[in-house]
Amino acid sequence: MIKKDLVIIGGGSAGLASAVSAFDNGIRDLIILERNPELGGILNQCIHPGFGLHHFHEELTGPEYADRYINEVKKRNIPYLLNSQVLNITKGKIVTFINENGVQKFEAKAIIFAAGCNERTRGQILTPGYRPKGVYTAGLAQKYLNIYGRLVGKNVYILGSGDIGLIMARRMTLEGAKVLGVSEIMPYSNGLKRNIAQCLEDFNIPLRLSNTVTNIFGRDRLEAIEISDVDEKLQPIKGTEKIIKCDTLLLSVGLYPFNSMLKNAGCVVNKESKGSLVDQNLETSIEGIFSTGNVLHVHDLVDFVSEESERAGTNAAKYILNKLSEVKNIVNVSHSKNVSYLIPSIIKVREENENIIFSFRVRKNIKKATIILKNPAKVHYSVKKINLLPAEMIKINVKNLNLLDCNELSLEVIEDE
Amino acid sequence: MNKEEKQKLYDVIIIGGGVIGCSIARYLSRFNLKLLLLEKHNDVGDEASGANSGIVHSGYDPLPGTKKAYFNVRGNKMFDEVVKELDVSFKRIGSLTLSFSDEDDKTLLELKKRGDENGVETKILSKEETLKLEPNLSKEIHGALFASSAGIVSPFALTNNLMENALDNGAELLLNTEVTKIKKKVEFYRVFEKNGLFFDTKLVVNAAGLYSDKIQNLVGESDFKITPRKGEYFVLDHFDNNFIKHTIFMCPTKVGKGVLISQTASGNYLVGPSNDECAVDDVSTDSLTLSEIKKTALKICPSLPFEETIREFSGIRPNSDIDDFIIKESEKNPGFYTVGGIMSPGLASSLAIGEYVSELIEKKLNLEINKNFNQYIRKHLSLAKLGEEKYNELIKEDPRYGHMVCRCEKVSEGQILDAIHRNSGARTIKGVKKRVRPGFGKCQGTFCEAGIAQILARELKVDLSEICYSDLGTNVLLKAHKGSEND
Repeated sequence: MIKKDLVIIGGGSAGLASAVSAFDNGIRDLIILERNPELGGILNQCIHPGFGLHHFHEELTGPEYADRYINEVKKRNIPYLLNSQVLNITKGKIVTFINENGVQKFEAKAIIFAAGCNERTRGQILTPGYRPKGVYTAGLAQKYLNIYGRLVGKNVYILGSGDIGLIMARRMTLEGAKVLGVSEIMPYSNGLKRNIAQCLEDFNIPLRLSNTVTNIFGRDRLEAIEISDVDEKLQPIKGTEKIIKCDTLLLSVGLYPFNSMLKNAGCVVNKESKGSLVDQNLETSIEGIFSTGNVLHVHDLVDFVSEESERAGTNAAKYILNKLSEVKNIVNVSHSKNVSYLIPSIIKVREENENIIFSFRVRKNIKKATIILKNPAKVHYSVKKINLLPAEMIKINVKNLNLLDCNELSLEVIEDE
Repeated sequence: MNKEEKQKLYDVIIIGGGVIGCSIARYLSRFNLKLLLLEKHNDVGDEASGANSGIVHSGYDPLPGTKKAYFNVRGNKMFDEVVKELDVSFKRIGSLTLSFSDEDDKTLLELKKRGDENGVETKILSKEETLKLEPNLSKEIHGALFASSAGIVSPFALTNNLMENALDNGAELLLNTEVTKIKKKVEFYRVFEKNGLFFDTKLVVNAAGLYSDKIQNLVGESDFKITPRKGEYFVLDHFDNNFIKHTIFMCPTKVGKGVLISQTASGNYLVGPSNDECAVDDVSTDSLTLSEIKKTALKICPSLPFEETIREFSGIRPNSDIDDFIIKESEKNPGFYTVGGIMSPGLASSLAIGEYVSELIEKKLNLEINKNFNQYIRKHLSLAKLGEEKYNELIKEDPRYGHMVCRCEKVSEGQILDAIHRNSGARTIKGVKKRVRPGFGKCQGTFCEAGIAQILARELKVDLSEICYSDLGTNVLLKAHKGSEND
């Protein structure tokens, strides 16, 4: 079996950034496995601008953003295999993959799992009604339009105010389709503010909050949908039904990590983020297997995927080169109820003073908050933030955290008056 | 009848390409005859045969002496051999029918007695024995009736591969051909389709499932009426193939077998069905029914992980107002056979019904054995079946077997091409899905659908916009070209 120091699974934004940083931290025997015919992942179909403002301080399209990293990979001659689908990962870090040369295996010292996320489908949100053609996830419609140059429909309604749905509202309008509206079951939007403004408001596309699709009509092709307002428990309110004639319904109802391969390998799952449970180095419960990007937790901006993945690459390199010092203490990290998930879930304390990045999301809009990190005895860190939104990932970078004598750490978001 | 008409005369026309029509076609193709199957949809098996529990019932349930009992028990036994011939995934996982009360205990004894009479081996298990087999079941159960011969089969593959095998052996198939009129002539029947084309045949087999009463009406008879009943289901991902290992039934009631939990032949879990009167084409699902199913299923198995749900669907059972299968030649119209009201356990009975009807017709027409009959279809090749070493040899021959198109279900381009270029080959997205499974996985086709549409367009030599999801009119794209002004 061919041995590799590092196998990176996925050649999208997360895989590319982690490959570059692993290389820059001294790893030479590495390879990227990518299932598609080109590197870049989902960025390739995201031809709209808005990427890179944080990371490159300029506005790029998806393919441009990907290209920056692809160039870095090529500059370093980091090897990659395209059209190569990973089939299986074992606890012992054997990666089985398939391509046109056959089923092959690598025995890796370390693995970075960067396989991205999936869109939630109609089946997962239990939308009732008929099952005609014309109901697509926004990402699939985006692929048909931006990769294949084809429109899936002309009269479009969108369920869910996730960013892909908002982007597709504008995109399909520009390509000549009529976008009739967007329904969001929550009382707030799930997309970035700038997307609401630039993709809906600029085109007079109505956004209906606390509203959802409650029926789907049409035996062959979609003919109409029924939308209804929902109450605080998200249950449809009788009497508020409205029929909308359309040939296409796009679903933008959330993303979830495509993590089943790590789950099958035996990595413990973080039930809240749906990715793997990781420590502050992004290492999973299996030593030497790291997880990063949208397969770890769904990010709002690719810039943050890159940042996180650079950390994964750096830490995997340290692991391979035995540069990680001994674990002196293990701290479990919990969070307050208004936080929907938190990464890391566990901190392996190796130094007296650790710099740790915490990423999380809140469950509802919070105007003013104080975020604190504490154990029962001591507040370690505190910061004030305004306008926390479920749609936006929150990241705090805590320096010089001394956790040698700490067993439990809790992140709490306290709502300020 | 002139010479040309005689040449065109079919021996048998089967109306309906569900599992029953396809099974009759397959068994008839053992004989020398001119055989045509007419299907109104764009593929075989797109109604009841494509939306059911996929259970091969053991046969303890039907009342002794009924056609249901006979064909179920005989049909069940035929599966082991036929699935090998037709390369269909099938597993005899056994079923457990649960008791939750003293009343249920009595019903189980009654069912056991019926099983004995029907010649089906069953065993009453205690609560402890049942929970030992299935530790995830509710601790509230009293016990269960175990039937080891119950199985699970892919209804999609079974229906299609029966058709493929019939075509391999000389039968003909016309899709998108809806029969709207039948004229009885002196020596033959003239069968008209919607657009006025007609086909002459000595015998007609009405295997039109949900529409078998309507087809019977076309020859002026109405001795039964289809009373369609809808069953809604949840489909769960293949998250753990040890979670529930048997097919789990509730105690049956007068209206049906109740909610079941079972693995499918592909390792997914099915939860359902409901059982409600419905219109013949009402395949919608509704929240209330699904939440009732969920409630019942959680009573059976409190830890059933509904968060693994990937799809809901409904199927319509072709129940009739006669409490048994209808399998007979018309007295008024000799040569017109009706095989209707094939409700549950129809799938389990399908092979036996096909065999039986083919033999009725063999006698009627005095058919000779088809000496070239090959009961085997060409094997489908996959990594799971061949293992790595043999699959690598296949990739060497055809590298497209190394190109994975569907990552959820691990389906290669080679497998998809093979599914397209066979008899009864796939010509739609759903057709590919039913034959080799891309789109059945957790992502429900969001990753692979566009790629499959592209492969279909290339192989069928049509524009991408002509590719349909299933029936004509379900085109995956509305516009021929982005920005084109003409449509």
